[in-house]
Amino acid sequence: MLRRQFLQTLALSSGMLLPLSRNAFAMRASDAGPAQKKLVVVMLRGAVDGLNVVAPVGDGNYARLRPGIHLNRPGADNGAINLDGYFGLHPALADLQPLWNDRKLAFIHASGSPDNTRSHFDAQDYMETATPGRKSTQDGWMNRLLGALPGDQYPTRSLAIGPVMPRILTGAATSTTLASGAAGTRATLLDNPAVGSAFDKMYEGKAGYAKQYQEAKTAHKDIMSASMDKSAGMDKIEMNASNGAPLPNGFPGDAARLATLMKNDPKIQMAFIALGGWDTHVNQGAGTGKLANLLTPLGQGLAVLCKQLDTLFDECTVIVMSEFGRTARENGTGGTDHGHGNVMWVMGGQVNGGKVHGRWSGIDNSGLYEGRDLAVTTDFRTVLASVAERHLGLSDAQLAGVFPAMPKADGKLALFRA
Amino acid sequence: MQRSSRTFRLLIIAALPLALSVTAGTPNGDTGNAIPATEKTTLHVLNRLGYGPRPGDIDMVTKMGVARYIQLQLHPENIALPGSLTSRLASLDTEEASTGDLLREFNAARKDAKLEKKDKDGKSDAADEAQLKARQVLGRIAENTAEARLARAIESPRQLEEVMVDFWFNHFNVYANKGLDRALVSSYERDAIRPNIFGNFRTLLGATARHPAMLYYLDNWMSTVAGYQPRRGKRGRVDTTKQPSGLNENYARELMELHTLGVDGGYTQRDVTELARMLTGWTFNQRDLMRHDTRFTFNEDAHDRGRKVWLGREVTERGQREGEMALDVLALHPATAHHLAYQLAQYFVNDNPPEALVNRLAARYLETKGEIRPVVEMLLTSPEFMDESNYGSKFKTPYQYVLSAARASAIPVTNIRPLLGTLTQLGMPLYGSVTPDGYKNTEAAWLNPDALTRRINFATALSSGRLPLDTSKFDAGQGMGRKQLEKQADTNKRTNVAALDVEPILKTLGSSISPETVALIRTNPERLRAAMVLGSPDFMRH
Repeated sequence: MLRRQFLQTLALSSGMLLPLSRNAFAMRASDAGPAQKKLVVVMLRGAVDGLNVVAPVGDGNYARLRPGIHLNRPGADNGAINLDGYFGLHPALADLQPLWNDRKLAFIHASGSPDNTRSHFDAQDYMETATPGRKSTQDGWMNRLLGALPGDQYPTRSLAIGPVMPRILTGAATSTTLASGAAGTRATLLDNPAVGSAFDKMYEGKAGYAKQYQEAKTAHKDIMSASMDKSAGMDKIEMNASNGAPLPNGFPGDAARLATLMKNDPKIQMAFIALGGWDTHVNQGAGTGKLANLLTPLGQGLAVLCKQLDTLFDECTVIVMSEFGRTARENGTGGTDHGHGNVMWVMGGQVNGGKVHGRWSGIDNSGLYEGRDLAVTTDFRTVLASVAERHLGLSDAQLAGVFPAMPKADGKLALFRA
Repeated sequence: MQRSSRTFRLLIIAALPLALSVTAGTPNGDTGNAIPATEKTTLHVLNRLGYGPRPGDIDMVTKMGVARYIQLQLHPENIALPGSLTSRLASLDTEEASTGDLLREFNAARKDAKLEKKDKDGKSDAADEAQLKARQVLGRIAENTAEARLARAIESPRQLEEVMVDFWFNHFNVYANKGLDRALVSSYERDAIRPNIFGNFRTLLGATARHPAMLYYLDNWMSTVAGYQPRRGKRGRVDTTKQPSGLNENYARELMELHTLGVDGGYTQRDVTELARMLTGWTFNQRDLMRHDTRFTFNEDAHDRGRKVWLGREVTERGQREGEMALDVLALHPATAHHLAYQLAQYFVNDNPPEALVNRLAARYLETKGEIRPVVEMLLTSPEFMDESNYGSKFKTPYQYVLSAARASAIPVTNIRPLLGTLTQLGMPLYGSVTPDGYKNTEAAWLNPDALTRRINFATALSSGRLPLDTSKFDAGQGMGRKQLEKQADTNKRTNVAALDVEPILKTLGSSISPETVALIRTNPERLRAAMVLGSPDFMRH
């Protein structure tokens, strides 16, 4: 115990948070078998306006604070989708309504960071390292989580979709990036045997590169083979998901590809994808408009992902999060500025859904944080830790390694069905 | 700038004695002598002050001496541009067109496309034609802007100038695909960034603050006192259709967080709001911009005249002067000095820049009242910059990697789209950073397994003649959209471009490719060797 504390302190001071868990290499990936639990995290960079995603349409203050951009009440023209009589879902997310009705989708409102920064970049870092207020943390919580879970490390065990490795997956455990779009599953010149073997020799044993190079090769090979399965071919999926019409590029396509890869390659356990464009300072619209246009493909993509995962969805939890919320009041330019509390989304086969969780302290003047923003009543790490504990089975000790220095939650969050 | 004066300058400059600039303005006059005259040092300055060597560069710098080369690069006006580059730049209309002209052309094309679409529900030939024309206009503006940047970065002997243009553009990033910024970004770089890269930071800061590209990108153009309604029409009637009006904090926040003080610079949310109020009325009027090239307007009616307290000081009502005062204060704030010094040292020296160097640079910045050139000079002549442990210590960004490959291979690039597509694939599309923080330049940001193999793939395609760099009539279409650009970077196509010969590339790069790597390359078939040089671990760093 003392030794563990000492090591933990050491790890903290060196900027790396190493989960001190049971041996991460003790079990083979195959041992985990079909029961292996999956996690997909979608991060909305730029601070999505949570008060218009899950809107308190039943509160008179809501339309008063947002005269030009509030969602109409359910039933009205372009109105919100009724969730529980008080909250309404943005109509552009209609594709998620079946999941809500099936109780597979839950929201945690007024959640966020205890740190009050309104800097996108700091707040995103804090959300990805899960150490709000502490900038020296180098590794991300998904990476630490990966290290804490039983099973072998493997390049495709966790995928970050996009050209750069996000902070959340950076760290000691192995993970890989996968290009967005069709390029991620296409053959490259390195697949040519002569080219491949020439570069294999060149990178073999090269300090700083050998591991990365080998991981990329392995991941590419696996991804290619997982995407080859034509019985659940990409093209077919993309067509089905949109009733025959080709979907717009971007998230729905990536979500469909991800579902196929996860189904075909049981080694894939975690995936992360970040979507941008949520920084709606100007003319964000209400039931239609700029924010709606961003939410539509997001909703479509999530619905496609959940549907295409099929039975695997039972083993999967999807988290949607964003660095902070936006001002409760509409600003002077038909948009919203940087705020504080936001809404987190959780979906999955075992999720205690059809419910808006969290403690709601309202949006009247006295309830607002610094007189302008939604107050945070649930620490975002409480939500993440709940998923890690209840869905992925982490012990208390493991949780302490993945989410260090986390304050004890003041209420019980029942995000999963008992 | 008139063509005649440019030509004249080119003529006299070639003959300028360089000694003059070497003795001028070096704070520690003897640093030049301390620089070791090795090929490694030569390569270090070619790599860090520019985008790596072109054929003949090692000899050129060796003959001149590293100290003289640094001084010359600090005074780009003393370096002649080759005629091939000046004539190429002259052929790009975004180079000379006024900001207003570009916006007018852009708006006209967009309006036609919209009108036709509205009238005919987008199904008529006229609508198709208008759409096509709009795409062509937008595509041409985007391509010309990007071509000017890449042609200079690859061909200009004023390498440090191009590095500084990229550095400051990135520092004051605007995203080229946000609405009007498609038309404004070339003027932003040309008029706000480029003339001020070595000047006073306050001038650079003001030039970005008042440029319509920044005003538009970070929304300040719309930020007004609460309840403001614009006057419309000749008689100054107030428009009855109510527009949203009031404060928008976007620019004020990023101005302190990213452009000056830094996120830990000691300001509060209140300071953000108060600064936003001070900057209300800083805008541009599209009509005046298109008609008279008026890039900035202070709209007195939209300005918040109320009492403000910002960074602990009482701000008296002084209209535009309030914002100018704020820029004065921010430009010379010690937190700004430290923030800029850190960023420069991180870019030029090491991902984790030595603290002592950062402190010296910050002090130099404050002592010169925000002059950029003396700070950069101190940096490039510092023992830390010249320390051998920092040679090759930086992992190239995708931008640096692609440009250095183009320079080392000396492959003629008449069609820049495959390079733009590669940058997009590698996660660093040119003018494509959506967020105002721009791109990072650290190894942690850019080195990941897939990125490495994508670079190798690009190197192989470039070396085996698979990228259509020689023609703009490639069958993948001429659009400048993301998809079309990526198609042009598709490495699975064959083109007419010849494969590269390895020997000249090895000569150009000298000892940047280690003897072990060269030996290994030589054991491979001739057709793979150039690719192996440009795809080698040695070439990933600089």
